[in-house]
Amino acid sequence: MASSLGGADKLLNPFKIYSLPVESWINHTIFFLVDRLRPFFQAIRFPFSLVLDGIEWVFLAIPPLILLPIIGLVVWQLAGRRIAIFSIVALIVLGFLGVWQETMMTLSFMGTAVLFCILIGIPIGIACASNYRIDRVVQPILDFMQTLPLFIYLVPIVMLFGIGKVPGVIATLIVAIPPLIRLTTLGIRQVSKEVVEAAIAFGSTKRQVLWEVQIPLAMRTILAGLNQTIMAALSMTVIASMIAVEGLGMMVLRGTASLNIGQASIGGLGIALLAIMLDRITQAIGQGNHQVSWQERGPIGFILSKVKNKKAASTYSGS
Amino acid sequence: MVNAKPKVRIEHLIKIYGEKPRAALQLFREGKSRDAILQVTGHVLGIADVSFTVNQGEVFVVMGLSGSGKSTLIRCINRLIKPTSGHIYIDDEDIALINEERMREIRLTKVSMVFQHFGLFPHKTVVENVAYGLKIRGVEKKQRSQKALETLEVVGLTQWAGYLPASLSGGMQQRVGLARALATDAEILLMDEPFSALDPLIRREMQEELLRLQKKLHKTIIFISHDIQESVKLGSRIAVMKDGYIVQIATPEELITNPADNYIRAFIQDVNRAQVLKTGSIARQIITFTVEEDSPQTALEKMLYQNLKQIYVVRQGFPVGVVSRETLAAAIPEGREDITQLMQADFPQVNADTTLENIFHLYQQELPIAVVDESGKFKGVVEQSDVFASISSLT
Repeated sequence: MASSLGGADKLLNPFKIYSLPVESWINHTIFFLVDRLRPFFQAIRFPFSLVLDGIEWVFLAIPPLILLPIIGLVVWQLAGRRIAIFSIVALIVLGFLGVWQETMMTLSFMGTAVLFCILIGIPIGIACASNYRIDRVVQPILDFMQTLPLFIYLVPIVMLFGIGKVPGVIATLIVAIPPLIRLTTLGIRQVSKEVVEAAIAFGSTKRQVLWEVQIPLAMRTILAGLNQTIMAALSMTVIASMIAVEGLGMMVLRGTASLNIGQASIGGLGIALLAIMLDRITQAIGQGNHQVSWQERGPIGFILSKVKNKKAASTYSGS
Repeated sequence: MVNAKPKVRIEHLIKIYGEKPRAALQLFREGKSRDAILQVTGHVLGIADVSFTVNQGEVFVVMGLSGSGKSTLIRCINRLIKPTSGHIYIDDEDIALINEERMREIRLTKVSMVFQHFGLFPHKTVVENVAYGLKIRGVEKKQRSQKALETLEVVGLTQWAGYLPASLSGGMQQRVGLARALATDAEILLMDEPFSALDPLIRREMQEELLRLQKKLHKTIIFISHDIQESVKLGSRIAVMKDGYIVQIATPEELITNPADNYIRAFIQDVNRAQVLKTGSIARQIITFTVEEDSPQTALEKMLYQNLKQIYVVRQGFPVGVVSRETLAAAIPEGREDITQLMQADFPQVNADTTLENIFHLYQQELPIAVVDESGKFKGVVEQSDVFASISSLT
């Protein structure tokens, strides 16, 4: 009786009899890759670490009192005066909380990740928009990247690239790049068919159609994608600190681990302030008032109008 | 019309939409209908074996309802849509065969286009829009702006040069579209329902503007329309399309006086015939009195025989006066036989290409109107009853 029940048990639950050895396949593949292709993956590190170190050097080498006005002016030009003031105040607060260096490290880490997202993501997005076959391949990969829990690919990345900032950037890339690709594709597809037709009808090459018409008209949507990419990248800072990426995320991780709630809170506050700041900046760029050209707004507009007035005044007094 | 040299020649053009048009093409050549091809292959027959010629300086209107293939047809001419089979000659060069690079050159220099919803670049100013073709061609910025401003002047929009298209009204936007097409000095203008998105008043204004410009510029225009009124107003010839086929190619007058089938008959019901029909086409050949040849007696006999109330007096082919039967009948017994003394030199006269709507006021004298050709020679007469008969749609 018992044995027959055991037989039925086995029959009704075939999973006990056999399971696919996928686990060992993946392990073997990863080990094989690590074993044979390590130099290749180390070579991939190079451009990332070059950019990363460069940006970090700039942010850390310039003293805060000089960097602050530069950031202020750039943000003013890009996103307007109010957001510039907010950014400056936020950075000053972070400075007095004693986390200036961590903030700059996080900022440069983010900057690198986002830069590579742009360099890789926008061309892929454009390719998807113009070719349905590429799109059909890329879309499921993006779905996969967005649904896969982070920790699953954190381990193979560490095995292939080691620990440190570069694997951190690569892990961030995987999380942050999908929205940019998707929204670039969407933005370009949304450009009125008739407008594209008009560009072709007047003899534009594909490249000219892209640069003269499609990208400028898709810019708003692309920037919305960039905004989401930056937010996704920021959300990665704490996780990236697990593979030894220094910065505000590291403070949160260490603080939590050692029950130093104060340290964790300051780290968290820093990330939050950066997030708000970058979100506002990118949103402002995306929704910018395109009626006013860049020469007429921000600090450049301010200076140019002064110069013009002065010229007008001098010609007036001269005559 | 002005110069009957063929500029665009289309021969056996076929366009089939779908992934594998060859099989569908085979079915079409076997004589299967559009619906049958759709059912069997899932392919849509866009243009079904269309041939026609557009002469230099002509406004050739392609008219049809939506889905008739007219938009596909116009896009085949600058190859925005690649034809499945057939030939399109522009100045004897087959557009269907040339490579992409040469096609681009033709788009840059020979063929330009105006779009239904204007197709303006919303991020570029009006002057940048107009200069676009020149920019793509590689013309220096100063030169192309200069040319764009000149072209904007032609359409009366110079003061709007620095604005974005969105700040202009629909009619003005289409003027920009037109200016953009004119700025490249292309000889062929493709106009894809350019006025159908405009208000009726603005539409009429734009139609008149186009006619005015065409008088100066003599472009070869291929004009797509779904509006018969517009077609007969603008077209020197009209091709009516249905389900990818051309049903009839004719001048506006021929279309109205001689529709090929009931489909066209249904279309032309709404047309104000008086605006389309010309006196020349309804003028009646009638006996005349030729000075120094005819005698008053025989003329009177003929008039009595044909029951004419008056007769036109012609000298060397030119009408010089009109004389009534009563006058003639009274004068002959008295021996006054010099017709030039009897005739009335004041009579209504029109050119053969005057439309009927412009002659009504001439009937105040109750005389039949004399119709003359371009050289002023007598062609015939148009009576009031002829006009009414020809503008009633019951013909």
